[in-house]
Amino acid sequence: MKKAEDRRQNQECGTEPRFQTSDFRLQTFRTLLPFALFALALVALQLGLRAAGREYCLTQLTMSLYYAIVVIGLCLVMGYAGQVSLGHGAFFAIGGYTAAVLTTHDFTRYGTSGWAAGMKAAHVLTARDDLYGNPILTASPGAAFCAAMLVTLAIAGLIGYPALRLKGHYLAMATLGFGLIINKIVVGTALFGAADGINGVPEWRLAPGLTVSGRSALRVENYYLAGGLVLALLVLLRNLILSRVGRALQAIHDREAAAGAMGINTAAYKLRAFVLSALLAAMAGVFFTHYTGGIGPSEASAFKSVRYVALAASGGMASLWGVTGMSTLLNYLSLRGLFGSYDNAVFGALLILIVSIAPEGPLKPLGQWLRKPFARSAVERRLEHGAA
Amino acid sequence: MENTSLALQYLLSGVTKGSIYAVVAIGFNLIYSATGVLNFAQGEFVMLGGMVAITLAHYAPLPVAVAGAVVIVALLGGLLEVAFFRKLRRHSVLHLIIITIGLSIVLQEAALHLWDEKVRSLPYFTGNEVSSVKILGAAISPQVLWVLGTVAVMVISLQVFLKYTLPGRAMRACSSNPDAAMLAGINIPNMRTLSFALSAALGALAGCVISPITMTHYEMGAPLAIKGFAAAILGGLGNPMGAVAGGLLVGVLEAFAVSKLPAAYNDVAAFAVLLLVLFVRPHGLFGRPGGESVREH
Amino acid sequence: MALLEVQEIRRSFGGLVAVNRVSFAVQPGQIKAIIGPNGAGKTTLFNIISGLLKADSGQIRLRDRAISGFKPHQIVAAGIARTFQNPSLFYRMSVLENVMVGRHSRTRWEFAGCCLRLPGQPTEERFIRETARSQLDFLGLASLAAAPAGALSFGQRRMVELARALATEPELLLLDEPASGLNPKEKEQLGEQIRRIRERGVTVLLVEHDMTMVMDLSDDILVLHNGEVIAEGPPATIQSNPEVVTVYLGGEFRPAEEVELARLTSRL
Repeated sequence: MKKAEDRRQNQECGTEPRFQTSDFRLQTFRTLLPFALFALALVALQLGLRAAGREYCLTQLTMSLYYAIVVIGLCLVMGYAGQVSLGHGAFFAIGGYTAAVLTTHDFTRYGTSGWAAGMKAAHVLTARDDLYGNPILTASPGAAFCAAMLVTLAIAGLIGYPALRLKGHYLAMATLGFGLIINKIVVGTALFGAADGINGVPEWRLAPGLTVSGRSALRVENYYLAGGLVLALLVLLRNLILSRVGRALQAIHDREAAAGAMGINTAAYKLRAFVLSALLAAMAGVFFTHYTGGIGPSEASAFKSVRYVALAASGGMASLWGVTGMSTLLNYLSLRGLFGSYDNAVFGALLILIVSIAPEGPLKPLGQWLRKPFARSAVERRLEHGAA
Repeated sequence: MENTSLALQYLLSGVTKGSIYAVVAIGFNLIYSATGVLNFAQGEFVMLGGMVAITLAHYAPLPVAVAGAVVIVALLGGLLEVAFFRKLRRHSVLHLIIITIGLSIVLQEAALHLWDEKVRSLPYFTGNEVSSVKILGAAISPQVLWVLGTVAVMVISLQVFLKYTLPGRAMRACSSNPDAAMLAGINIPNMRTLSFALSAALGALAGCVISPITMTHYEMGAPLAIKGFAAAILGGLGNPMGAVAGGLLVGVLEAFAVSKLPAAYNDVAAFAVLLLVLFVRPHGLFGRPGGESVREH
Repeated sequence: MALLEVQEIRRSFGGLVAVNRVSFAVQPGQIKAIIGPNGAGKTTLFNIISGLLKADSGQIRLRDRAISGFKPHQIVAAGIARTFQNPSLFYRMSVLENVMVGRHSRTRWEFAGCCLRLPGQPTEERFIRETARSQLDFLGLASLAAAPAGALSFGQRRMVELARALATEPELLLLDEPASGLNPKEKEQLGEQIRRIRERGVTVLLVEHDMTMVMDLSDDILVLHNGEVIAEGPPATIQSNPEVVTVYLGGEFRPAEEVELARLTSRL
């Protein structure tokens, strides 16, 4: 009798794991549940749309999933590290444009050098036909992806280092200014296609049977590719948030001075979170560009950047699931044209409404209500994760 | 002689544009001092001033149209403060920033739908697009003199208002020590509304006077806000005369950069100035270092 | 060799000299207190030692290793931890998680390792949790582990902050007015805890206004006034120092302290 009492008391203090080994399976089930549900939802949507004869909707869903990646990264920076960024559209564009330029620019001029032969052999350069059937020599999508990541890493590091030392308003303005500079450069340069953007971006063959492409025959495959990417990202980021690094980021957000006093190198962590989110945005940009076959300057506009912030806020800044859900939903509706010509205004209004009324995100109260039967707080969930 | 007259043209063009940036910067300062908020929608006031005046000008003589636009936009500014910021004092800075950004977007889109995407302008206040006046060997439009004159009058009136009138002094008290001001019986919320309304009025007037030169269109607000902010930061946030100096400096820098860079990069120069100032000297030229409010360490 | 050596530290703000050529040493295993009227420069001194502020001139050495100019997280890595005048817990985390944050400087898995849960990371995570729990146990706070930090009473927050600072495994612990806002019983408990912390091998340097506590607890006292050291030595010496008595009874101190000090000095 006493032993059971002791155990329960110890469980409540947290000195003994809440669930014994026999409950381990229940705990693992609880942890995997959201991910399983997400995968299920993906499949259900696809099958449902096919049954309804509207499988073409998958195209906009796929695009929304790629946009969601940007917002998830923003969630890390804004919801966890607590740093505002109004220029994330620029990183999406940097990724997309780098890939687009490298895979459409004709390097035939250099084709005769030994260098080029070596690059061809290493699959860095590929010879292919362009839109009009002319033979050209361009970078391979894989190499372009790597280049895009490196370029983003450099730019994000360069901008982030001075910018993240600024506070609140000033950081917001700096990132907005940065975004606008990228926008102007992209619109005003012939290399980037000026106002028309770049078209004719080739497909990207990742593996046999897995090609990033806008062809309708590959629609379902690309949908699951995007969904899988989002799922993988959610797993990785969830691990991060529930770890030492996640705690450090939250500490920085909560009280930066105290975080420093605990041995956290606040400047370094803010920069790393920022760069990581920039890389995620750029990655999304590259995949998106290959999927849609092109990219335009509107991706780097302030409207888009503000839209990402609005979506992060409406999903509940620090909730990965909320953010994914809201982002996919709202972008999908936007792409389907639901908001008509008021598209940007809707996101602006959404931003105002959410932040005025429910700054932690409207899904939180809803989620709490839904979760009552399962009755675990975020704190308890985090404590369990470590015991697993 | 050719080169100096060309340089003078650039200088004048820079000073003209710069005076508008100065007005936006002053607007930023006013609201920031009174409320602690950086109003991203500042540029929209300028845009709306021009747009409203252009519409009114179809029904009324020009001076009435301009005056009407100023009043309407001022009311709008006050209304925005009452609707959004009175109730939201307890929100974090981040949230308030986000709200002003949302407002800026909504105002832009509203303008797009109320009017359209066409570029418009008010008629020249005196003369027309080909009349010119010769100053120091450079030929300038009389509208430029209107701009410079109007801005000068606005700045001087503002200083007089803040220094010598009761509501003006109340506003200054409110920004330097809100608690003491409150104890002295000053109605803080009303002061905040006043700061918004005043800011909007100044912006609207600037929008009217610059309209014949730079045209008015629904998207002009955002770049103006950024450049105005760059000017405010350059002059040191909280320093109204610094804002004027900052504005002129940004305008002139932009004018000379325009002469060197391809046309499409016109705005990049000013944005780059903003980033440079924020990264290198965030307290601006005339602010005091020890700007703990800008940087972390 | 002294654990901490502060040499000729000077710091001014605008025209005001907050700390004027202050020098002192803290011996290992000591409990040393810094006292002085408000505005004497005590918190500024703490902020300089813990890296939040840079001194205008002077040096700080920890075990003969120069640490002046170190950033706060480097100071922690070197072995100095601090608490704040107002408990600065992370209110969106639980008590246990707060203390786990304290383990940050002694652990190493970074972004990639944590994302991918590479071999060794989950083990380190478990170790962090266990060490944090043992810190809470040491201070008798085990029952609070799962509570959200925002739900605690003031005294409890103070103790959790102490646990968090201890989790960084410091050699030297800086306590900034740890007794302020506590009732007499809590102060007694605090004194006990500080002694136990010293027994564990942690040197303690504290700023405090409660004279009884200071005289009871400390081995050595440093008296600051207007940014300068006016006396240094064991409690008995300080109590009988006429300059100290003048400074305190000169009306610059809070009335409660004046009464206490008068009571203490009347013992002579």
